[in-house]
Amino acid sequence: MSYPTDRKYTKEHEWIQINGTTATVGITDYAQQSLGDIVFVEVPKVGAELAAGKTFGTVESVKAVSDLYAPASGTVTEVNGDLAISPEKVNKDPHGSWMLKLTLKNPGELDGLLSPADYEKFVNEEAGH
Amino acid sequence: MRYLPKSPADREAMLKAIGATTVDDLFAPIPAEYRLKRDLKIPRQMAESEIVDFFRQRSRENGEGYTSFLGAGAYSHYRPVIIDSLISRGEFLTAYTPYQAEISQGTLQSIFEFQTMICELTGMEVANASMYDGSTAAAEAVMMAVRLTGRRSVVVARSLHPEYREVLATYATHQGMPLSVVGFSDTGRVNLKELEKSVTADTACVLVQSPNFFGTIEDVDAVAEIAHRNGAMLVVSIAEAVSLGIVEPPRQADIIAMEAQSFGVPMGFGGPYCGVIATREKFVRQMPGRLVGQTTDKQGRRGFVLTLATREQHIRREKATSNICTNQALVALMVNIFMTVYGKVGLKELAKQNLAKAAYAASHFAKHGKLLFAAPRFNEFVVQTSEDPGAINKRLLGHKIVGGLPLKKFYPELGNASLWCCTELTTRSAIDTAVGLIAESERSERSAKEEDAEEVAR
Amino acid sequence: MKTARKAALHVNQNEGLIFEKSSAGKAAWKLPPLDVPEVDTAELLGSNERRDLGVMPEVSEIEIIRHFTRLSTWNYAIDLGMYPLGSCTMKYNPRVNEAVARVEGIANAHPYQPEKISQGALRIIKTLSECLIEITGMDAITLQPAAGAHGEMTGLLMVRAYHQSKGNARKKILIPDSAHGTNPATAAMVNYAVENLKSDSRGMVDIASLAAQMNEDVAALMLTNPNTLGVFEQDIHKIAEILHAKGGLLYMDGANMNALVGKARPGDFGVDVMHLNLHKTFSTPHGGGGPGSGPVAIKKGLEPFLPAPVVITKSDGTLGFEYDRPHSVGRVRAFYGNFGMFVRALAYIQANGPDGLRQTTEDAVLNANYIRKGLEGTYDLPYSTPTMHEVVFSDKLQLKKGVRTMDIAKRLIDYGFHPYTTAFPLIVPGALMIEPTESESKEEMDLFVEAMKAIAEEVEENPQTVLDAPVSTRVSRLDETAAARKPVLRWKPA
Repeated sequence: MSYPTDRKYTKEHEWIQINGTTATVGITDYAQQSLGDIVFVEVPKVGAELAAGKTFGTVESVKAVSDLYAPASGTVTEVNGDLAISPEKVNKDPHGSWMLKLTLKNPGELDGLLSPADYEKFVNEEAGH
Repeated sequence: MRYLPKSPADREAMLKAIGATTVDDLFAPIPAEYRLKRDLKIPRQMAESEIVDFFRQRSRENGEGYTSFLGAGAYSHYRPVIIDSLISRGEFLTAYTPYQAEISQGTLQSIFEFQTMICELTGMEVANASMYDGSTAAAEAVMMAVRLTGRRSVVVARSLHPEYREVLATYATHQGMPLSVVGFSDTGRVNLKELEKSVTADTACVLVQSPNFFGTIEDVDAVAEIAHRNGAMLVVSIAEAVSLGIVEPPRQADIIAMEAQSFGVPMGFGGPYCGVIATREKFVRQMPGRLVGQTTDKQGRRGFVLTLATREQHIRREKATSNICTNQALVALMVNIFMTVYGKVGLKELAKQNLAKAAYAASHFAKHGKLLFAAPRFNEFVVQTSEDPGAINKRLLGHKIVGGLPLKKFYPELGNASLWCCTELTTRSAIDTAVGLIAESERSERSAKEEDAEEVAR
Repeated sequence: MKTARKAALHVNQNEGLIFEKSSAGKAAWKLPPLDVPEVDTAELLGSNERRDLGVMPEVSEIEIIRHFTRLSTWNYAIDLGMYPLGSCTMKYNPRVNEAVARVEGIANAHPYQPEKISQGALRIIKTLSECLIEITGMDAITLQPAAGAHGEMTGLLMVRAYHQSKGNARKKILIPDSAHGTNPATAAMVNYAVENLKSDSRGMVDIASLAAQMNEDVAALMLTNPNTLGVFEQDIHKIAEILHAKGGLLYMDGANMNALVGKARPGDFGVDVMHLNLHKTFSTPHGGGGPGSGPVAIKKGLEPFLPAPVVITKSDGTLGFEYDRPHSVGRVRAFYGNFGMFVRALAYIQANGPDGLRQTTEDAVLNANYIRKGLEGTYDLPYSTPTMHEVVFSDKLQLKKGVRTMDIAKRLIDYGFHPYTTAFPLIVPGALMIEPTESESKEEMDLFVEAMKAIAEEVEENPQTVLDAPVSTRVSRLDETAAARKPVLRWKPA
């Protein structure tokens, strides 16, 4: 699997797509595969403040819950209401199913994130274990 | 020992297969200093007949054959015999928690029916598969409201069962949940003016009981209005489930925390009972306790499974909605069968009989003592007497009657008040005897006072 | 498949939901005529009068008997065969327990009835308390908690109260990574942070890690002993020493007491506070998920903090409840606890006596070791440490064929057994956790070992058979994903 080049990635398997001072966040294909069938996605409300590296929500499968970690700090401007009705979209199209949009507080934070190539390498190492 | 299905020969063969000489070899992992070298100092092994005798003797020492006017959170109702016939079936009694759905469909389907009937009776949209009891259900419902609103303070009615309030205080202490208590007015209901002052922008929920500890039905509409107007949730505790047959349930509540003991569970000196939490669908992910959901299998056949397990301790661990694991499944099955036996018409008739018995008793007590609290009530009422209720109850006990619960311990300001309960099992003759004894007591108290007054006058 | 010797297919009855049988005019109830005047409910209740009971069912008595009887036949149960579930201790539920719990004066006793006519109940509480104190080697006990998790909460509340009384409530609880999920969930409810403690290569607490992590912020270590691998913590005295040296307390989760009763006592090896599960070790029935009972036994230093009320002997020799307990942690539930379970547990202790209890424990450990021997080589054994009343294998060898512990468990159903515990403890990936208990005969266990070996063969020769299992049940591999995505939690009329 090659990971979309128009975005950056975290070691906790989130992706972030930047558009000037706003960004869109979701989880990667590796994440949805590890979780299995996703049954519920819990995201914060519009207006919530996210802090880079801190948890902002959860994603649940039948037998497990995983925390979602914010790739960058900022204020939530939009939340994908579709996922409340059809969480399976995250399984079917993880890179196309966005979870939230935010205005970035500190764009400099993005430098610390993984490039698509680095993320792919990281994932292959993880899978090898 | 007769519960152990092995002969000495079996044990020999097994030890040989393992490669051990004696069974004590298998206890070698326990350091020698801790291995017991003596018998436990407990009573010797008893024959079954001796065990039965022991408990029969205890039963005789435990008020066998007495009539009781006690309610206060534990109610004496008739238990249809088919409850025990059915729950005593080994497939229900000795079954495990239904984690393996394919071989637990009996348990799972009956819980699904239980959940459905609790919803119908309470007017809520979802109900869980039981909590330990009404008191812990109330405490867990409050914690649920705290999680849902993100607020921390809790307003509690003083007319909520005193022991339920104690339990809530224990749970609240470590969760940083300040509790404030709102008193009751002379109608027996929550004092709305006090409530208005107590509910703030930091109030997560208001918790009331209806019918409350005094048997009085709360003005839930008014309480709900105050709570909701301030962005707080309304949690209603119900201790006498039979009331739901004739009293409109608190549909304005956000969460209902119930005790279902009245529905076919023996009073059994306080437990096991059957708590339940019922709420609106949108809150289900914050609800503690097991939940059974309907689904299909790979061949499209209908079946039932435990669901939304990610709320629970075995997955969420320290982030779980509660630590509850074991629930009250067998007791909930008793409740299920009771609700099924009485059903739509029976539950109403049963409740009506309770209402009638209590109304008759209350009206007669009122002729001799002071009947407190004018608001509508279900099957309990409070009577104030001149004489200390403890002394009256002592005389009643001589007639093998257990009188109402003296309230001084919980509500000292009510003086010589006691809480009386009448159910469909309370006979007119028991009521008449109790009334007669109270009448006698009041007469002698009055003449004693008159004599005193004469003394003073002289 | 090899013919299962334990079970065979049999016609069993279908049955719908009770609401699907309901129809107006059917009834299973009849009340006696009222001996007091009828009341006008509208007049008495006004706007509080209930108008409608919705879709509550209306059915006859025979329909109810058939409904629940048919449902019951779809369940597995101890009465039908072994449950090899680890740490659940699914032992025989003696029927005399059920009989004595139903004796009138016990079953119909109101918790607030006067002490004068409650001497029977009070004596039951006192006798059971004394037996459990002797069995655990502790000094005092509360029977109030309704289940194990409730007991854990009560125990930790007392731990907190104890530390608070010494001037420092402390901040965290150490919990081994092999622990049952209720342990960390409970610590959080009592507002303690949870810190994980690693296990060593023997599957026991890593003493060096414990020593490093122990400080004055640690209130207690929550330990299960034997642990969830069935391994007895041989360094238990070192563990207790490390904790006590820095003022910490040793909490023991008593779920695995079935390996210790009559052979060793937690109070003797340094435990300060522990809970028991009457529905595990002491034979009270699981009933499809409860009720349980979780008494908490303590050393005398914690006595002032016990939940109120406490049973005492009064000056006139009678028994009573004492409520005046100024340092009590409070109540954890209304009334006194799951009294019905006290009756059953006491009857179990009486039926056994000291020799019976000891032999029970010996048989429990013998049985688990017999099964371990039988399955060694067929399934991977991650820890070679000696085990007591339970043993944990893994699915490592079967994973090569794409078969997991859950699949093997489902196939075991076709052989007539309830599955063992899958996927727990977390420290063993793909775990198969097996605890037979003393209630299993050599014959039943031989059938179990035979079935497990047959399944291992199927994994080698035809893994799809295992992946498709179970095939002999009324439903198979229910869609849990759909149940969680779009929960349907009640019946609704069409």
